[in-house]
Amino acid sequence: MALYRDEGIVLRTTRLGEADRIVTLATPEHGKVRGVAKGVRRTKSRIGARLEPLGHVTMLCWRGRELDVITQVEILEPFRSLREDLSRLGPAMTMLEVADQASAERHAAPELFALLLGALRTLSTSSSTLVLAGFLWRFLAVEGVSPVVDSCATCGCPGPLVAFDPAEGGFLCRRCRRGQAVGEESVGIVQRILGGGLRGVLGEGEHASDDEVERLGLLAVERHLDRRLRTAHNPLSPYGAGGSAE
Amino acid sequence: MTKEDANRLARAIVEVKERTTICRTCFNVGVGERCAICADERRDPTVVCVVEDPRDIVAIERTREFRGRYHVLGGALSPIEGVGPDQLRIKELLRRIEPERVKEVILCTNPNLEGETTAMYLAKQLAPLGLRVTRIASGLPVGGDLEYADELTLGRALEGRREVQP
Repeated sequence: MALYRDEGIVLRTTRLGEADRIVTLATPEHGKVRGVAKGVRRTKSRIGARLEPLGHVTMLCWRGRELDVITQVEILEPFRSLREDLSRLGPAMTMLEVADQASAERHAAPELFALLLGALRTLSTSSSTLVLAGFLWRFLAVEGVSPVVDSCATCGCPGPLVAFDPAEGGFLCRRCRRGQAVGEESVGIVQRILGGGLRGVLGEGEHASDDEVERLGLLAVERHLDRRLRTAHNPLSPYGAGGSAE
Repeated sequence: MTKEDANRLARAIVEVKERTTICRTCFNVGVGERCAICADERRDPTVVCVVEDPRDIVAIERTREFRGRYHVLGGALSPIEGVGPDQLRIKELLRRIEPERVKEVILCTNPNLEGETTAMYLAKQLAPLGLRVTRIASGLPVGGDLEYADELTLGRALEGRREVQP
């Protein structure tokens, strides 16, 4: 068995046996890592508190056949402000779920890791309601499936763009319209997010279309992952239980 | 194991299965409609300790510090696992507040992300009812050495420090 060190963000934990947990982490060098943390559910454990979801840690692991064994953990950022505020926790959990679904085990994913870490840092300090939306749209770009947002995805005309359909690959003009109707402000915000203007958008305070931009991002990400995101459709999220981005 | 021991064990398992019930008031494990704690008139009905699991009641009872009653949620909120408020006995807790004249609810869920999320959610739901809502403290295990404590637990212990009366 090989020993390795990497940093990671805890995505989820699952109980194992009497006092252990299986911890899933996103790492830059080893992609998604699933490791057993032994005895962490006991109150005596020194590393249990460090392996809670949202924790940004460095760790030492033994490589196993299926599951690695996590032996040492140091916390870099606990993101307490996200854990202690329900309005921030909901979006943070959605980010973790997206990273969990998109990353493959033992395939380096430095871009996805950097995106997730940056988004959690921004969410913990920013009051903007567009942080999750920014993460979702940037995630599509990192995955290489960025939607066409500067012209009509079907005919290529410059617009005006009035609808969004992830199946067509992006925004659509009046003639090709199908899918979701979208406002002019939403189109502008998405164009800026994907055009390198995310920081500027986040610094502007609340826009009337923030919810729509997030909903469209969620729609596109769910289509890309080919699954419904559980964390985005529960009462801790703005869409509420049983709601849908569609 | 002798044949007689095996039969005794089998009979004990069948008896447990046949006799144990879930308390209709607090959802603890018991015998009959109400568990021993809910049926005990000496216990204070105005203080309710909310726990995730009946096993947590056993742990709290071992302290011999708590003389109120309990409410078992049956788990904790976990958005990533798809566990929402409807899967927990939150409505049942809210229904108990008025008829039982509850004055304090102690949120005694696990000190992990799911437990903390559940406590925050419950605090929000209970706030309009005008009662005292408290959360168990987090800190260092008694008998342990400070130098071996992890930084998160030690940080919370410092945050929750209290004045020492001379």
